[in-house]
Amino acid sequence: MVDAVSSLTHFKQPLLKTPFHERARELSQVDSFIPWAGYTTVDVFTTADQEYFAIRNATTLFDLTPMVKYRITGVDAESYLNRLVTRDIGKLKQDRVMYCVWCNDAGHIIDDGTVFRLGRQEFRLCTAQRQIDWLLESAVGFDVELSEVTEQIAALAVQGPTSCATLKAFGLQGIELIKPFETRHFTVEGMNIMASRTGFTGDLGYELWMDPQHAEQIWDRLMQAGNSRGIRAIGSQALNIARIEAGFLSPNVDFVSSEHTIRLGRDRSPLELGLSWLVDFNKGHFNGRRALLQEQRRGLARQLVGLDIDGNKPAVNSLLYLDKAGNREIGSVTSAIWSPTCKRNIALAMVEAPYFRLGTSLWTEIYLNRELVWERRMVQARVVEKPFFAPARRRATPPADC
Amino acid sequence: MKEHDAIIVGAGHNGLVAACYLARAGLNVLVLERNEYIGGAAVSRQLYKDFTYSNCSYVCSLLRPEIIRTLELPKYGLQIIPYEGGCTMMRDGGHLAVYDNHDAFRREIARHSKRDAESYERYARDVMRQCKFIKPLLMREPPDPTSFRPRDIQELLYLGKRFHNMGEQRMYETLRFWTMSAADFLDEYFESEIVKAHFSGSSIIGTALGPRSPGSAYVLLHHYMGDIDDTVGAWGFARGGMGAITQALGESLKASGGSIRASAPVEKILVRNERAVGVRLAGGEELFAPMVVSNMDVRRTFLNTMDESDLPPEFVRQVKNFKIRGSSGKLNIALDGLPSFPAIPPGSPCIRGDLHVTDTIEMVERAYDDWKAGRWSQAPYIDMLIPTQIDPTMTPNGKHYMSVFVQYCPYRLADGDWTPAKRQAFGDTVIDTIAQHSPDFKKLILHAEIRTPWDIENEVGLTEGNIFQGELTLDQLLFNRPIPGYAQYRGPVRGLYMCGSSTHPGGGVMGAPGANAARAILRDASRGSRAAH
Repeated sequence: MVDAVSSLTHFKQPLLKTPFHERARELSQVDSFIPWAGYTTVDVFTTADQEYFAIRNATTLFDLTPMVKYRITGVDAESYLNRLVTRDIGKLKQDRVMYCVWCNDAGHIIDDGTVFRLGRQEFRLCTAQRQIDWLLESAVGFDVELSEVTEQIAALAVQGPTSCATLKAFGLQGIELIKPFETRHFTVEGMNIMASRTGFTGDLGYELWMDPQHAEQIWDRLMQAGNSRGIRAIGSQALNIARIEAGFLSPNVDFVSSEHTIRLGRDRSPLELGLSWLVDFNKGHFNGRRALLQEQRRGLARQLVGLDIDGNKPAVNSLLYLDKAGNREIGSVTSAIWSPTCKRNIALAMVEAPYFRLGTSLWTEIYLNRELVWERRMVQARVVEKPFFAPARRRATPPADC
Repeated sequence: MKEHDAIIVGAGHNGLVAACYLARAGLNVLVLERNEYIGGAAVSRQLYKDFTYSNCSYVCSLLRPEIIRTLELPKYGLQIIPYEGGCTMMRDGGHLAVYDNHDAFRREIARHSKRDAESYERYARDVMRQCKFIKPLLMREPPDPTSFRPRDIQELLYLGKRFHNMGEQRMYETLRFWTMSAADFLDEYFESEIVKAHFSGSSIIGTALGPRSPGSAYVLLHHYMGDIDDTVGAWGFARGGMGAITQALGESLKASGGSIRASAPVEKILVRNERAVGVRLAGGEELFAPMVVSNMDVRRTFLNTMDESDLPPEFVRQVKNFKIRGSSGKLNIALDGLPSFPAIPPGSPCIRGDLHVTDTIEMVERAYDDWKAGRWSQAPYIDMLIPTQIDPTMTPNGKHYMSVFVQYCPYRLADGDWTPAKRQAFGDTVIDTIAQHSPDFKKLILHAEIRTPWDIENEVGLTEGNIFQGELTLDQLLFNRPIPGYAQYRGPVRGLYMCGSSTHPGGGVMGAPGANAARAILRDASRGSRAAH
């Protein structure tokens, strides 16, 4: 019963190392590592700003290995996933990817992630958090096999305007023909690589999925191929700036999984997160359908929206008010940055009904540390459309320079 | 004739907490203790050379932080130092360790079941949800649901509102949780036997229940309560042993003008005209005060220390029916060095936490079966700690003190009274059990104190040696603790109060009963003085 392979020394080094760890360590200039899903990963290699601009200007490598991956196979794999997630998996064609969310019976989000259709009866589910307990619980009655394959697959995000050219030079012939949310298999010097046109940056970009034993070799070849195209490794901080510009949600930042909420009212529905486009009420039954229908009928109590805030000080952890005096609290900011590309002070925020409507004006309470003196500012903000930054190149097929 | 405003019978931690609060409110307080040392069940005792034993209670997780803060206990020497994790050693040489680090613990559980490693999140969430509901009730007087007094109605509304605020789903869960067995509860989360066995330990410690007994899930929660404060050091050792808590309380009391008399056993609580007026000591000396507060359990208070004729007969019957059953014993062992446990990986910090050897719930339940039959468990559940790995003050350097809480051990044996030979045989059973997991353990033993429930009753004063001063089952909790209608720390005669763990919210060196009782007493006192003016 006991997994004999597992080492008994995990208490000394609780965090695992990804197959790219040695490469990351060599490039890390500031020794800034953070834990992510049980792995030690890079927060910053050099400076977050420089790394960010590489995402928007050149090619970046981000080690995606800690992303939790599940393999789902079996005759009922499609119907199981269709029951699990809120989108229609029946519409997911082979070699395509879908961004999905899934809910508990009460229509509260367990997590979000991507579903890859690798075959007629074979899928891969990628998530930020481990949840085999929930996946198995919802699999009762379905003829499926479910296993976590995180450690068996190394993954690398290759993102940025020159990423296609870099990958082509690397040896992925025909990469320029892959459309958004499409996947294709390649062989480079005998190494099998699956590429998907997916990412967390809102820019042109791909994700590569590979055997961990080829990880370092692929990393090195990519660095070589991208050398003239400004390739650089990036950490989580830079990625976070890009993902907020792209309006993407981060679990445990913009929402808490209902598997973890302790206080009442902290669960979030996909409708509240502004993800109603992911909910397909016409596809038949799925977990949380009835509750979500009810919520849709009743109207939302709150919604996650984009904010455009005056000034240039990020509204990190800010409370939101209807009035400048701060008498009527109407929500709070979940993610906030100064957008280096848009030159806008942007945020994602959970706002009470009815103030989440586009164009609503509200007030943000921002605390500024000015040479160790804290100052409080009430700054005006508006509810605006997301994403904040969506360059045409993210969808162009083939991309401009390929 | 009045010498004191209040006499507190028993210098246990709750008696001292109550005394401290009363003294700080300006009352002239006297605490009487029958032993020559104070502390009750929270003591540090030197029974062998330079070794200090926490020879009764042994870990500090539940002592309310608001009490530590208000009574300034750190100023009077109290330091709680955290310990990390724990471990259940298995019969096949394997183990399950608990680690503070989230990822280390997840990987540890995953060695036994990958699924359990992740369902642990759901388990922790649900236990925390229940704790969040109960936490604010700990430091409040439970409302009487039959009363129409504004205070009771207000408190009931508060309770009802909190309950309602949990949401529909969690209200259902709460009712299930308070009544179900720990084994059933754990089955809803885990598949691995060892994982369930490890977590089930908290559900039985101190109670005469088995993991399959209805009501044991709540006991599990009771032991988790220390976690809710979400502060560093919620679980730990009192530096210098558990006596450090009561020593600090004693100093805090003296600083606010209260006094303590040790070696002053109270023989009788005196009642005149349906009013408690004072106490008579064993030597015949009589001391008077308008308020008498008993830190003793209710059985001892009302059946042993009062005249039944002073009490309402139905009340007496309910006291007699109050479940307070001895189920646990204790070994305190002086060790010449740190014993080795081959099951524990070298360097693992889990050895500094609580160690156990029952690796299935079935095994724990079988141990309980022995108790039901009137004999100590042949393969007992043990909660074993070696605090001297962390606390440098208790033994000479390099030597160790081991605290071994043992369950189950009956107060009454099927084959007649406890004798020194039976006590030794009980101790040998425990030592043999530990030795099965530690080859060098026996030869490191310098001295062992063996305490049966009978010994704990006689030496500490806890009826049947029950560490909680009464079972923590729903029929004896909240407004039913200890006796329906008497849950607000007031006894059946005026001027008589209860402040021990028999009262809400129960035992575990929490101090909450003492603090709550003091609040009730002060309210009565201010009402009395308002009336007098």
